[in-house]
Amino acid sequence: MTATAERPSTTIFRRPRSTEGIWSWITTVDHKKIGIMYGYAAFFFFLLGGIEALLLRIHLAQANSEFLTAGAYNALFTMHGTTMIFLFVMPVSAAFINYMLPLLIGARDVAFPRLNALSWWIFVFGGIFLYSTFIFGTSLAPIGVDGVGGIDGNLPPGGGPGGFNFLADSPDGGWFGYQPNAGPLYSSGTALDFWALGLQILGLASLISSVNFIVTVFNMRAVGMRLLRMPVFAWMATVTSFLLLFSLPIIAVALFMVTFDRQFGTLFFLASEGGDPILWQHLFWLFGHPEVYILILPAMGIVSEVLPVFSKKPLFGYSAVVFAGAAIAFLGFGVWAHHMFASGITPVAQAAFGLATMTIAIPTGIKIFNWLGTMWMGKIRLNTPMLFAIGFVAMFTIGGLSGVTHAIVPSDWQQTDTYYIVAHFHYVLFGGAIFGIFAGLYYWFPKLSGRVMDDRLGKVHFWLMMIGFNLTFAPMHWLGLQGMVRRTWKYAPETGLEPWNVAVSIGAFIIALGILVFMYNWWASRRSGELSGLDPWDARTIEWTIPNPTPEYNFAVAPTVARLDHFWHLKYDEDDEGRAVRKPDADEIISELEYNGLNPATPIHLPAPSYFPVLMALGIPIIAYGIIYHEALWGKIAIAVGALISLSALIGWGIEPLEEPHAADEGEHDEVEAELVATAGEEAVMDVDGEEDDE
Amino acid sequence: MREGLLPKLVGSLKNPYDARAMARFKRTLTRTLPLVGTAVLLSSCGLFEETEQPLTTFDPAGPFAEQIDNLFWPVFWIAVGVFVLVEGAILAAIFLFRDRDDRKEPKQLHGNARLEVIWTVIPALILAVIAVPTVSAVFDLTECDPGAMEIEVIGHQWWFEFNYPEQGVQTANVMVIPAGEEVCAVMTSDDVLHNFWVPALNGKRYLVPGQETFLRLQADEPGEYWGHCAEFCGLSHSLMRARVQAMDAAAFDAWVADQQQPRSFPAEGTPAFEGWGVFQAKGCTQCHTVLYDDEEASVIVPDDAFNGPDLTHFASRDVFAGAILPEEGETREQALKRWLADPPNVKPGSFMPNLALTEQEIDLLIAWLGSDE
Repeated sequence: MTATAERPSTTIFRRPRSTEGIWSWITTVDHKKIGIMYGYAAFFFFLLGGIEALLLRIHLAQANSEFLTAGAYNALFTMHGTTMIFLFVMPVSAAFINYMLPLLIGARDVAFPRLNALSWWIFVFGGIFLYSTFIFGTSLAPIGVDGVGGIDGNLPPGGGPGGFNFLADSPDGGWFGYQPNAGPLYSSGTALDFWALGLQILGLASLISSVNFIVTVFNMRAVGMRLLRMPVFAWMATVTSFLLLFSLPIIAVALFMVTFDRQFGTLFFLASEGGDPILWQHLFWLFGHPEVYILILPAMGIVSEVLPVFSKKPLFGYSAVVFAGAAIAFLGFGVWAHHMFASGITPVAQAAFGLATMTIAIPTGIKIFNWLGTMWMGKIRLNTPMLFAIGFVAMFTIGGLSGVTHAIVPSDWQQTDTYYIVAHFHYVLFGGAIFGIFAGLYYWFPKLSGRVMDDRLGKVHFWLMMIGFNLTFAPMHWLGLQGMVRRTWKYAPETGLEPWNVAVSIGAFIIALGILVFMYNWWASRRSGELSGLDPWDARTIEWTIPNPTPEYNFAVAPTVARLDHFWHLKYDEDDEGRAVRKPDADEIISELEYNGLNPATPIHLPAPSYFPVLMALGIPIIAYGIIYHEALWGKIAIAVGALISLSALIGWGIEPLEEPHAADEGEHDEVEAELVATAGEEAVMDVDGEEDDE
Repeated sequence: MREGLLPKLVGSLKNPYDARAMARFKRTLTRTLPLVGTAVLLSSCGLFEETEQPLTTFDPAGPFAEQIDNLFWPVFWIAVGVFVLVEGAILAAIFLFRDRDDRKEPKQLHGNARLEVIWTVIPALILAVIAVPTVSAVFDLTECDPGAMEIEVIGHQWWFEFNYPEQGVQTANVMVIPAGEEVCAVMTSDDVLHNFWVPALNGKRYLVPGQETFLRLQADEPGEYWGHCAEFCGLSHSLMRARVQAMDAAAFDAWVADQQQPRSFPAEGTPAFEGWGVFQAKGCTQCHTVLYDDEEASVIVPDDAFNGPDLTHFASRDVFAGAILPEEGETREQALKRWLADPPNVKPGSFMPNLALTEQEIDLLIAWLGSDE
């Protein structure tokens, strides 16, 4: 008999059963629904970060501008950076990995579906917690010395000259939070506590999902999908997960030190108390540089999927691209101090980190050349995903080249902390990561909607982005080399920086226009876009062997993979010259796949939804609020309440029945259930028929 | 049946369809390139040359900045070469291999080991070539010449203090150096991280509380060079600027001699004398050191107390308040009035509080501040 029946089936811990409506989303453990929620939440934060950027650009379009107060300006650039990195690019990558990774490797879900839901809820509560600083946070000017100024005493009413002061009470230490400026003595309000604890919570979410993705990749691949048959995006997702796994603990330690400094007076970073301000920089960049690759590698994976499909050729140098990605990640841990060339580290360290930084150009070059090799002699279709993918290669190259100039250490002494750096990393993270993300959104849109996004609007979107992006960020190189320092609330008219700043601000609004076009396109295409069918792009990988939109169970039949680009080889042969020849029965194969995908032969067991992930996540921000206000009684109570919620959820999670008893009663799942118990993996249904090793 | 690599790549262009595409490509290129070139040239002439850029990194005024400049340009041109190659290849691929009905299906190439080696080794060689001068420049530029004159640079929120230990001179916001000889800036910070940057003289270096960092500076010719704090240091980071004035040896010695003299105590009954009274009465002496020839009248703020700029020779400095005032089109007196009336309104967060001075008090203070020409 089934093992499930022997489990304690209490009525207290019944599994939720909603399949539609809000509760189905709150309790879902489906990787696709979680991916979609991740995506929309990330996009919401993208809009927030974008609005922050536009406010900054309005301000900077004029020398000596007083559109924003200094406090609001500093808060806006801090929140823009923090938002775009931690609340947009990272979660949108998580959205892609969540939704696509199981499909790409032929799995029905990730390894730990409830854990997946947990990391999503921790992320969203962390984001809300961080942004609640707009409501609750206070950011005070430096306390100074007794008798001078005094708390907030040296700020005139209204926060100083400037019009817009609304956000001046938000975190204002920069996304890098350099100490001791962001420490208790020089930023005495609560805003930076919200920042430090908010990042801590978001890091926890990423850490959990990284473990989940790694286990998924190593255990849940379809039969025959050896590691070197995985699509490059799956590879890059794996590499990214390892990067997260190794780098997040470092920032966690650093952020705990800041929190202890600020809450309990440990003063790790205060020189006058025996601390070391440079220590923070080492810890921060030891995380921060791998973080750059955490942001870019998933986009590189997406581009490596899109380019072959629209060039009608396999990825040139597949294994080189994969290993280059891994090499970038590995080297990425050895270059952190190139963010600190001006900090007074010894010449030996500077030379060593300069050389290490140069070496990263080599695997990056390998990727770029292989992408070019993929396009070369192909048959290129310039649909929107392809345009964005090519845009990625073109723009990322520029970011990579300006990156090499930072490795020339003395040259970096001139460039660092200027707009040249701002230009550089926007070419990498906007021209790179965000173009790649849009390529992926257009490319995989059919997978979640069953429709294709409008190509004409997509092209309008692309060209607006391309022109706006270059108008915004190309002149910043020039501005930086002309001496415009970063994080500058005011620049003097005599510096001659104004004309190009006007151009930059115009560019920013062109980008914004492009985003509006995209949003309209998304909305309209979801409602009434052209139906995609199974294979709208003549694709190569197995996520396109299942119907669009993706059925809840993903694969009606667990797939078996014979080679790289499995789906392509179902459709195409090669002639004597090695040219692609479409099989005469390719269309039949596709319609058969579609029919089989929609009509599973046997009922498919899926992981059951659960209340506990969301509950467990809920306790965490409550604890964080409690820590910030721990001196008040209610703060202490909040810590206790939050801990209680999370712990009870943990217990509930532990004794939750595997699924509702009625499901087991159907009897058809006996085999599955027995196997499940035997492997003792929670909801690891995929492994049932995927264990045997091929070759 | 192994074809050579190059013939293979070129061969891909030899079938008649591709030749047509090639012709199209060439035509487009010849039409658009001159246009783009002219546009870039015009815009650069119009925007770059007309205005002066006192913070530019492209106008080195001394050997250290020049060494960096000399390192930047070759790397820049190599980068331009790679840029043209890669972007050109992208455009060429789009034009040549665009999906058209008359094109054959593409060969399913999976890669080419020889190409992989080529595009791994060549960049590595280029980087190795760049690495040599880089490393030697790092060592050249970080250690001061032992015989160089030392100037202490101390960062404060939000102004730079400059001390001349050998000469016993203190000043703020304006660093005066002898032209044509090396100066070693020995730097630290009194509060948060700052970053001292004078683009025309050298790259930038942090000012770290509790640590000493060094920066070699040299201006070949007398002149005024702009500087800026480059590390985010709190609310008014953008208003923490500096000037470096390089003078020929004689002028520098004269400047030192002048700075070494305490200022003369104002005669009773003059506005300057009354201004000094206001200065004392309003508690300005809590932060500002003023040295008089009459030692008893002097006010010395101890180093470990909270310090504002030493005002003994305030009148000799062209700029003040973090080198942001006077602004363009403003007289010194107008700027001083604005500043004294409400410092935090000019420089948000300024530790110099708004003392609610009357206009008369401000005028007296200005008279006193200017009384030591």
